Amino acid sequence: MNIKAIGFYIGHILRIEGVLLVPALLIALFRHEQSALRAIGITILILMLLSMALLTLGRRGPFWKRRRDAEDSRFGEGIHAREGFVITALGWIVISLFGALPFYLSGVIPGFINCWFETVSGFTTTGATILSEIEALPMSLLYWRSFTHWIGGMGVLVFLLAIIPLSKGNGETFHLLRAESPGPSVGKLTPTMRHTARLLYAIYVALTVIMIGFLLAGGMPLFDSIVHAFATAGTGGFSIKNASIAAYDSHYLQTVIAVFMVLFGVNFNVFYLILCKRASQALRSEELRVYLGILFGATVIIAFNTLPQFSSLGNAFHHSFFQVASIMTTTGFSTVDFNLWPELSRMILVALIIIGACAGSTGGGIKVARAIILWKSLKSEMQRMLRPRTVKVVCMDGKQLDDHVIRGVFAYMTAFIAVCLLSILCISIENYDMETTVTAVLTCIGNVGPGLSIVGPTGNFSHFSTLSKLVLSANMLIGRLEIFPFILLFAPTTWKSRT
Amino acid sequence: MKIVIVGDGKVGYTLTKRLSQEGHDIVVIDNNRSVLLQSQESLDVAVVDGNGASVEVQREAGVGSSDLLIAATSGDETNLLCCMVARKLGCRHTIARVRNPEYDQQTRFLKDELGLSMVVNPEKAAALEIFRLLQYPSFLKRDSFAKGSVELVELKIKENNVLANTRLDQFRMLANVNALVCAVDRGGTVTIPKGSFSLQVGDKLTIATDAGDLVRLVKNLGVYTPKAQHVMIIGGSRTAKYLAQRLIRSKVKLTIIEKEEKRCLELSESLPDATIVHGNGTVQELLIEEGIRKMDAVVTLTGMDEENLIVSMFADFIGVPKSVTKINRTEYNNVYENKGIDSIVSPKLLTTNEIIRYVRAMDDTTGGSVVTLYRIVDGKAEALEFSVKNDAPYIGIPLHKLRLKPDILIASIIRARRVIIPSGSDEIQKGDSVIIVTTTDHAIAELRDIFIRDEA
Repeated sequence: MNIKAIGFYIGHILRIEGVLLVPALLIALFRHEQSALRAIGITILILMLLSMALLTLGRRGPFWKRRRDAEDSRFGEGIHAREGFVITALGWIVISLFGALPFYLSGVIPGFINCWFETVSGFTTTGATILSEIEALPMSLLYWRSFTHWIGGMGVLVFLLAIIPLSKGNGETFHLLRAESPGPSVGKLTPTMRHTARLLYAIYVALTVIMIGFLLAGGMPLFDSIVHAFATAGTGGFSIKNASIAAYDSHYLQTVIAVFMVLFGVNFNVFYLILCKRASQALRSEELRVYLGILFGATVIIAFNTLPQFSSLGNAFHHSFFQVASIMTTTGFSTVDFNLWPELSRMILVALIIIGACAGSTGGGIKVARAIILWKSLKSEMQRMLRPRTVKVVCMDGKQLDDHVIRGVFAYMTAFIAVCLLSILCISIENYDMETTVTAVLTCIGNVGPGLSIVGPTGNFSHFSTLSKLVLSANMLIGRLEIFPFILLFAPTTWKSRT
Repeated sequence: MKIVIVGDGKVGYTLTKRLSQEGHDIVVIDNNRSVLLQSQESLDVAVVDGNGASVEVQREAGVGSSDLLIAATSGDETNLLCCMVARKLGCRHTIARVRNPEYDQQTRFLKDELGLSMVVNPEKAAALEIFRLLQYPSFLKRDSFAKGSVELVELKIKENNVLANTRLDQFRMLANVNALVCAVDRGGTVTIPKGSFSLQVGDKLTIATDAGDLVRLVKNLGVYTPKAQHVMIIGGSRTAKYLAQRLIRSKVKLTIIEKEEKRCLELSESLPDATIVHGNGTVQELLIEEGIRKMDAVVTLTGMDEENLIVSMFADFIGVPKSVTKINRTEYNNVYENKGIDSIVSPKLLTTNEIIRYVRAMDDTTGGSVVTLYRIVDGKAEALEFSVKNDAPYIGIPLHKLRLKPDILIASIIRARRVIIPSGSDEIQKGDSVIIVTTTDHAIAELRDIFIRDEA
């Protein structure tokens, strides 16, 4: 294990987090939020000191010699798959730990475990909250809470790759991208890692800005627009209102948010292809088609199923679309209390929680691409049972899928089910009803936010015990990093020396 | 620059690695997924899976908007087709590897008619390199600059040599010719030495000198070995044939040992003046029977590195003064040091160097660009030749007043066909060719990159 390299990357992550806290600090300064100002200030200070220490250690030289970054990131054995996993998993744990400090130090959220839960929920873009009175929080902390969504959506390491020239021709940073990006297989859009990361962030920023514009046009206040755009972009789901998006009684605003949730749930490669004027190729993407198909299918069924609860068909469609989009993209905003919907609609939503958004988007869940691969390989397996001599390759977008990709998907599913079962067992100690127990775990591992029953859209996670909160926050991290980095972090073989 | 490389084999991978380290955007095309995966994991490049000669695949790789396509697959025809397609798609430059000797005659035709920028032939390049080494067997390596007027030669200090335990500032006095030690390789570490540097037995020196002074240099340094007159080649590969043609033209007595009978017949037909022996060149008895003891030089050119190595070591063991070994897998080169393997030739590296040279010259935007580039001392240092075209700030200033970056040395200046091995009072003038030697940490693209720039 290349401890120095890991320290180096973690140091960079901490430094970036410190910089990203600055806007929140400024808001606190202008709004005269004394306790928040102090808390954020102290956090930034700690982050900077720690990152300097780590960078100095990792670099075998004083931290101010910035020029030498690129050479020294490759010291010793270099970074391989296992360092990639460890850096990613550790990085996420560390930013969540320090991201929770402002909440803890300012005292707005009691108990460190609650702060930790809230921050993990933010960075992993889950949006599950333990707060019942959200509006009571100071503005700067509300901002930071939503901003964690935006950072976590595209990923901290991708950001790191975008701004710091780490790779210098070697491909080791690919392991980082692969460990952090969601989906069964990861490809680069452009030849160099840095350019790819920049492109991803450029698309991300552009879409966010456009969304803020649309929200402003609908009369939403600036701060609310920014915060909700962050939560939508990261497919997070933290609102600054107790009633979530239902607080904005405007079909326009709700539709804008719904449409952008759908967009952020799309694989970013699609946007890239459209930018390159290869729209036809983008629209032929199987995943995109299945994603939209499920989205609209679910919307229609739910709309008719819930028709009796709404005044008109239009209304039913509106709320059904918003809710389906919100759950499927794993955002977790709500306009109505879908907990009160008929059983069929509720079960469809649970199914959507599991499936999630597209690979390569900011959404969570097992991803549509994986669902497609599972379905196709299942089909070909069954065919082989009937006619053992048939040869059938599993294709996606007209290309043969590699064996290791398919194997990876099956491994992922197995691990997913195992983690879910174990977590459900842990949560069941609390003795809540089955709906609460199961959906709490599913919604956390899928990075959605709300579940059903007690953890439904109007409820929150504050009733859970410390153990359950720890389990659920671990679930969120496991879900965001696609299970393996997190599990491998604790596997003994990962830490054994290479002999 | 955006560069597409078709074929992720030995040459393809080496090129990808070097070029991506120099900061170019590389897309690699190959139809073998597992090698692509490996490239993607170890290098910062994009990969495309498919047949590089197909328009569809080239479009996907964005060849149309690329500056250069390098076709280095195993098939000549595929390479040529790749380049043709790329030209039609709008790629600015194309380089093809063409190794079949039958196509070798039509290189010029291919370049003109198919719009190729460059055709590289690794075997032919290797043959030329070996030939040059056999002319001066004392040197481990020879690279020529400025149309052959300057040579960079590698020399190993053996025991009892005059250079052992002398300080470098006495070198010129001992050599008594226009020559300069540019780099010293001691046990794998390369230094660009200063005058106070003290030489030891076992050091490998890289010396810049006027090409006309080569004979005097080796004589004065007491390492003179006459030109090889009797040469044995083990393995009748394509390289062997190219080499044999050259050697025979310069009246060298030649024995080629080849395993395959059919190949022997072919060689005998095309090389009537050479002795062709049908047999296994790794059998000691056969080697001795064919008179390996009397040879001036042994060149091992079989397809297997291991065979080449062992035969060369044997040649050294029984006292053949010079052996040249062809090695494909170059990553173990430092292992062979002091094992009786002195001159190593790698077609892969020669080709890569040739292409890198072209790429650096393409990069030229402001003049004063690289004309020639060689990787010397196992790729641990680079020698580059620049031509000074425009009025640069360093022109006309005595060298001792210019501040060079560390580990950079101006090896020679060529002015009006005259070679100047510079001292502090010399200066660079417009129209000069300048050769510098540097360790590979710096990627020098322009002459002014070698000076410390005063930011103020």
